[in-house]
Order: sequence, then structure tokens, then C-alpha cells
Amino acid sequence: MYAAILLLPLLGAIIAGFMHRVVTDQGAIFISTGMTAFTAVLSWIVFFTFQPGDPSVELFRWIASGELETFWSIRVDRLTSVMLVVITTVSTLVQIYSIGFTRDGDHPDPTENFQGSARSRFFACLCFFTFAMLALVTGDNLLQIFFGWEGVGFASYLLIGFWFRKSSAGSAAIKAFVVNRVGDFGLLLGLFGLFHLTGSLMLDDVFADAEKLAEINTAFLGMDVQALELICLLLFVGACAKSAQFLLHTWLSDATEGPAPVTALIHSATMAAAGVFLVCRMSPLFDLAETALLVMTIIGAVTAVFAASIGSVQTDIKRVIAYSSCAQIGYMFAAAGAGVYQAAMLHMFAHAFFIALLALGAGSVVRSMQRERDMRRMGGLKSRLPVTYWMMIIGTLAVTGIGVPLLHIGVPIGVSGFISKGMIIQAVFVGQNAFAVAAFGLLVLGVVMTSFLSWRLIFMTFHGTSHADQDALDGVHDGPQVMRWPLYVLAAGAVLAGMAFYGSFVGNDANAWWGGAMANAQMIEQNGETTSVLEAARAVPIWVKVSPFLAMLLGFALSYWFYIANPDHPKALAERYRPLYLFLQRKWYFDPLYNFLFIRPALWLGQAFWQRGDRSILDGFLNGTAMWFVPLMTRVAGRMQSGFLFHYALVMLIGVSALITWFAIGGGG
Amino acid sequence: MHDPGGVGIEGYLTVSAILLAIGAVGIIVNRRNVIIVLMSIELMLLAASINFVAFSAHLQDMVGQIFAVFVLTITAAEAAIGVAILVCFYRKHGSISVENVNAMKG
Amino acid sequence: MTLSIITFYVFASVAVASGLLVVLARDPVHSVAWMILTFFSSAGLMVLMGAEFVAMVLIIVHGGAVLVLMLFVIVMLDADLAELKGSLAENLPLGALIGFVLIVELGLVAANWAVPESARAARGAETPLITDTANTTALGLILYDDYILAFQLAGLILLVALVGVIVLTLRQRQDIKKQGGNGQTYPARGIDLKDFKPGQGV
Repeated sequence: MYAAILLLPLLGAIIAGFMHRVVTDQGAIFISTGMTAFTAVLSWIVFFTFQPGDPSVELFRWIASGELETFWSIRVDRLTSVMLVVITTVSTLVQIYSIGFTRDGDHPDPTENFQGSARSRFFACLCFFTFAMLALVTGDNLLQIFFGWEGVGFASYLLIGFWFRKSSAGSAAIKAFVVNRVGDFGLLLGLFGLFHLTGSLMLDDVFADAEKLAEINTAFLGMDVQALELICLLLFVGACAKSAQFLLHTWLSDATEGPAPVTALIHSATMAAAGVFLVCRMSPLFDLAETALLVMTIIGAVTAVFAASIGSVQTDIKRVIAYSSCAQIGYMFAAAGAGVYQAAMLHMFAHAFFIALLALGAGSVVRSMQRERDMRRMGGLKSRLPVTYWMMIIGTLAVTGIGVPLLHIGVPIGVSGFISKGMIIQAVFVGQNAFAVAAFGLLVLGVVMTSFLSWRLIFMTFHGTSHADQDALDGVHDGPQVMRWPLYVLAAGAVLAGMAFYGSFVGNDANAWWGGAMANAQMIEQNGETTSVLEAARAVPIWVKVSPFLAMLLGFALSYWFYIANPDHPKALAERYRPLYLFLQRKWYFDPLYNFLFIRPALWLGQAFWQRGDRSILDGFLNGTAMWFVPLMTRVAGRMQSGFLFHYALVMLIGVSALITWFAIGGGG
Repeated sequence: MHDPGGVGIEGYLTVSAILLAIGAVGIIVNRRNVIIVLMSIELMLLAASINFVAFSAHLQDMVGQIFAVFVLTITAAEAAIGVAILVCFYRKHGSISVENVNAMKG
Repeated sequence: MTLSIITFYVFASVAVASGLLVVLARDPVHSVAWMILTFFSSAGLMVLMGAEFVAMVLIIVHGGAVLVLMLFVIVMLDADLAELKGSLAENLPLGALIGFVLIVELGLVAANWAVPESARAARGAETPLITDTANTTALGLILYDDYILAFQLAGLILLVALVGVIVLTLRQRQDIKKQGGNGQTYPARGIDLKDFKPGQGV
């Protein structure tokens, strides 16, 4: 069954990608979607029937070379089963949605449509994306995880650059790929380090050696550093790039160049979640690396605020959602940094639903608006897109975290974002990390901003007066049923996921439920007693518990005041604080900065190698040799050729005599 | 070491050296007659073969004879090509005298 | 003086003398005849050294085939033999000088020559006792075993020589009908290149 879950999407991708002429485009679409859907059903069966202690499923031996021996095997544990459910469910819904989304063969834009075989190509890529992510999460050894990791990167390249005739899409795809290379390099170094120090890449062996690693030092860049901290930091660099965290986030907003379902898939369940998954998978290592956890908390908390602050001023509807998602992933890293991987997983579970919901909803809006993505040219769409509107409202409620604070009937009452984010904020508050308090403050600030930007999106898009042409508005209506049902399912997930899985993921018996798939929540000293972070997090002061809720209300109020009560106010504010506005609008100037720091020097270096090194020196040398020196020597040599056979024979014999003389004198060497 | 055929290896080497020198002289003195030039080359290769066989007998090593066989093979190929070139040359010039032909001049 | 020593001197002197006559003979036909004698005497020397197979190949292939081929060519080409004569005298001093230098040098080599101690160990294949294995058998055992690749390559060289000879001497005659494979298989047809934008077609 596990093998089927892993391989069916690959089969679907192959059929849709290479055999769409045989099975027709329609057939390719339904086969690939059917494969994923069947996989999703199997995943849910696995999720509910799984018992901790089930053995790994070994498929075949992969690489055996010297000490290195890796198997292609599926790691069966709670973390895998949770990830399987998240990935396959979201992928299935996204694919079903895409059936409707891609049905626009007569769209006038030649660079951005689904004519011809583009539909089956799209579904093949989606299926391959799902397969790569499944390979990543089911990996029993780090090499296999790396395979999935790269597969995800490759699939994201294909999908972000799906409209390859558009130059911006091509650039965005390359950008995503290159930024991810930076992270992959870190990840690879981490893998090399692990293999160097433990002699194995199997997860079980590595985890068994974790304590040993924590006690030794190793040489890195000429420094003597703590081995485990180093490895964890390197792995975290990889996770950072994949999950678009602070400093390696630049690819994320450009990734919206792909079609909307791609945005949904990348930001919710597959690509961006991979980094968080890696940290959780490697949590037995991270748990012993305090510095790495500290760095992780800082990066996560900073990202939460940073991404939300940029998202608050963007006008491209898909980019706003991308930044909102980026901020949510920041929360997950902050939680993992505080030692509660369980809360990170819960948030990922919830986040997969509500971000997919928002991204697909945004896709519906953009599709109905004839590819218009600028929210300033929308407005007042509520009456024309009622289904999308209400689904987006539910998604927004989930991401901002509406719920009933302090009420606890077995589980807290609220939408998924409320529960998971609340858990993270409380856990960070009690965390014993040096940065914990600051992180708590940043995360609450992040809630304000997330709430602000999410409601701003709703208000600018659906409320107020319309800024679009009347002609364009006439055709605006909700998508077909096939695009609505995935939204309904995702909305249900976004509302209920938190309440349904709170007990299992982070409840009292969480450690037993996870069955050792991840490190247990960290034990901390509090009031002279040793308790786990999870328990301590449930016992925080009331003001801590209500702070995210109040922050959310504050964000909503701000947003309402800016965009409903005083629609002219934002512009005036932007004028008055223009530098700040531009700072946020231009994404903290990271792109120009990187352009200046990395891209220009790299181009300069390439130019130097090309123009100076290759053209002047190498080509110059070769051309000079070929066009001046060789002809010169040819003329000289040509004069020596008399053309008389006799002369050649004579010269040859004189040469023979000379050779014999040399041998006679030198004794034949 | 084994002494082949009664006299020492030096006798055979001397014969071989004399044949080589004769071949070399033949190339020089017969500058017009390509056929004799070809045969002079044959002579030099024959000298080489005798050398191979002599050392083969002296050291009791069969490989020398193997190489003599290969030398003979190459000699045959060389002679065939040489004669073919000669035929071509004759067709073109109506003569096989090469003394005053310098078509190869660069 | 044993019989074998006498035999050696007979064959050696005949080989040297006839070799000299090959070079000095005025008539190319005579040269070929002397050449055959040289080959026979050399073959005799090889037999003395116990290399019967090489000796026989020398007689059959060279004496029998190569030199007869040359004889054919001389006769067939109907060359003006008189024209070829006469250059002997003018080049003799230079030729004698080079020949003398070669002989002296080779003599120097022979005088100072010794077999190193390691020569025995470096042997590729020891000659078996003649009472156990005949020369031809022993040669075959090595040739088709250790030297099979070189043997095949030598065959390939012969093939190339064969093809080369045919190419060189084949005359293209215009008065007969022939087949033209390429022309018949690929009839001439016009091809023109078109530049088209992606997504628009031709």
C-alpha cells in the first residue's frame, strides 16, 4: 500500500506527460487526477490504521558503494502518515480544481493559456510534484530525502515556469531554482557531514549517534566547531531555502508567476512545507542543538513579521497570499525552534488547508477577472463571486485565527489557525530559548499584520466600489462546480482541522500518539518543576492566551478602518511615510541588495571570464597561433620542401644515421 | 645464452647490419628508379626481420619471431601500395622516372 | 668448423653479395632476381636459427608473391629502362659515405653490446624445446592467444592496403553503364528554411 501511495502519482505523471497522445488530453487529466485521488484515499486509510512500530517498507537496494549503503525504502511512522495525508489531500483537491481552471482553451493571451497539450503537461507536472514530495516525506534515509528534495525543486521549476513563453515566468522559475540551490548546498554539506561523522545516512543510525555527535567537535572552514550544531545549521539552511525563510525568501513572491493551482500547491502542501518537514524529521538531532534551535526561532519569528509586513502593502493578490503563507511558515519554524515540533506540524496541517483555500480562491478571482491580478483594479466583487467570496472569508478567518479564547471543551474552540497559532505562541512564550520572549512579541505582532493583510485582501477585492471596466466585469462569475467543490472541502478542513487533531497532535498524550516519530516536546524547568513545553504552554497566564486573539482583532480593525471606513486613508498614509511605504513595497529592498551583492559580481565574473579570459586570452592565443604563427611556420617549412623524392629519402636516412649515432653514444638509454 | 646455428648472434647481426646499409645505399644511388628504391626498402625490412629472429633465437623468446611475422605483413602491404602508386604515376607521366618530378613541393 | 658454421658463412656471404647486386644491377629485372636470391639466403639463415615458419613465409610471401608482383609491374609498365640507368655513378660517393657511416656505427654498437641480466626475466614467451613443440605450433599458440589483437590489426592493415590499391589503380571508364547508389536513393529535392515564431506556426 505504501509503495502504491508513492508510485501511483509517478505513474500518473508518466501517463499524462508522455502518453497523452495515446490516452487523449481528457484521459490524461482524469487518469492523473484519479491516481492522486486514489493515493489520497489510501493515505487516509494509512492515517487511521497506522500503529506506531510498523516496520519500514523496503522497495529495493539503491546505492551500495564502500561504506555507503542506501535502500529505497519507505519510513513508516506517524510523521510520514500525517504528511501523506496533507500532501495527497491537497494535491487531489488542487488537481480537481485544475480540471476546471485549465478549461480555457480559447483564452486570447497566446503566452498564458492551456491550449493543446498544455493541459496534460500541466497535470503531469502536478502529479510529478506530488510524487517528488511523497518521495521526500517517505524517505528512510537522507539520500532518498535529498532525491525528493531535488525532485520538488525540479517540479517547482517546471510549474513556476509553466507559461514558458512569458519571460517573467522563465526568470521566476530560474530564480526559484537558483535560490533553492543555495539551500541545497547547505543541505548537501549537512549530509556529507553526517556521513563523514556517523558513516551512515540511514535515519535510524544517524539518530542513534545523535548524542555522540553532540559531544564531538569537527573542523569546518578552518574552525573547530561543535559537530551537531554545525550539521543542524547546515540542514536548516536547506530548510530555509525550501521554505522561503528570511534571507532566502526572494524566490517565493516570484513563484506566483505560475498558474494559481501551482501557487496553492507550492505554498501549502508541497514545496514550502518541505523545509518544516525536514526540521521535524531531523528533530532528534535538532533537539540537542541549542544554537541551531535559537537561530531557527529567530529566523522564524523574523520571517513571520517580515513577510507579513511586505504582504501588507503588496497589490498583487497572489503575492499577498504568498507572503501570508511565508509568514505562517515562519510560525512553524519558531515553534520548532522552541522545541515543540508537534505544534509546528499542527500548524502545517492547518496551513495546508487554509493557504490552499486562499490561493485557489484567488485563482478563481484572477481567472474570472481575465488574468487581472492587481487588487487596486478589483473591488466590489462580492455580489458577482459569492461562492469565492465566502470561501475566501472562511480562509481568511482560518489564517487570522478566529475562535473563542479561553473556552476549552476537551479541545479549544476555534478555526484551525486559531488553535495551531495559539499553541505556537504559547509554547514560544514558555520556551527556554534566549530569544523566546522577543520571539513571542514578534509573533504577536505578526498576528496583527497577518490579520491586517488578509482582511485588506478581502476588502480591496470584494468590498467597496469596483475599479474594473464594466466590460470586464460582465463576464465575472464563479467558476464551474468542479472548481467549487475543492474549495468547500478545503474550507471544511480549514475550519475543523484544528479542533479535530488538537488532541492527537499536541494534547496530553501527544508523545504516545507520535510514537517517537519526532523528538518529544522539550522538558523545561518551570517554578522548580520539570514539565514538557506542551504542558507548560497550556498553563500560561491568561493575557498570553488572549493576546493573539486581541492582536487579530486589532489587525481586523485597522484593516476595516483603512479600507472600508476611510478608503482614502491608505494613500495619504503612503504619501506621508513614503520611504517606509517604498521600503515595504519593494520587499525591504532585498532584490536590489542581492542583485548588487551576488548577481552583479557573478555576472561581472562571468563577463570577465568570457571577455578577458576566453575571448582575449584563450581565443586570442589560439587565433594568434592559428592565423599568424602557424602560417608563418608553414611558409618556412614549405620552403624546405623541394618536392624531389630523392631529397626526402636522403633526409630520412640522415635522420636514421643520427638516431643510430645517438643510440650508440647514449647506450640506448 | 643460446648460440643460434653454430656461430654466435654477432654473425647474424653483422649480416643484418650489412643488408641494412646496402638498402640505405640503394635508396641513395638509385634516385631515378623507384622499383629499386622499393626493393631497397624491402632489403632494410628484411634486415630488421633477421635481427628480430636472431634475438629471438639468442634469448629463446618466441615473441621475436612473432614480430618478424608482423614485419613481413607490413612489408607486403607496403610493397603493394608502393607498386600501386607506381602504376598511377606511370599512367600519368608515361614513365617511372621520378628524378625530375617535384609535385610534392610545398 | 662444424657443418652449421660452414652453412652460415655460405648463406651469409650469398645474402650480402646478392643484396649488393640488387642495388647495383643495371637492369631492374636482374635486381628482382638478385632480390629473390637474397630472400632465399636469408631464409636459410633463419632456418639455421630455428625459425622455420618465418623462413618459409619469407620465401612464399616475399620471394613468391611480392617480388613476382614487382616483376609483373616492370614488364607490364614497359618502362624505358635505358632512361633509368646512369644515375648510379654520380650518387655513389654520397651513398657509399652514408653506407660506411651506418656500418661503422652499427659495428660500434655490436662491439659494445651485452645482454642485460634482466633480459631473461623480461621474456614474453619462452621458446619451447623443439622436441616438444614444433616451431610453427609454438608460434601459433602465442600468435592466436596473446597477440590475437595485433594479429587482427595486421589483417586489417592488409585489408586497408588492399582497398587502397584498388582505389589507386581503379580506372573510371566512361564508356560503360554503372549504378550510382546515392543518386538513385536520394533524388534531388528543394529544401527551404523558414523562420517562425513560437506558438504561431509557419
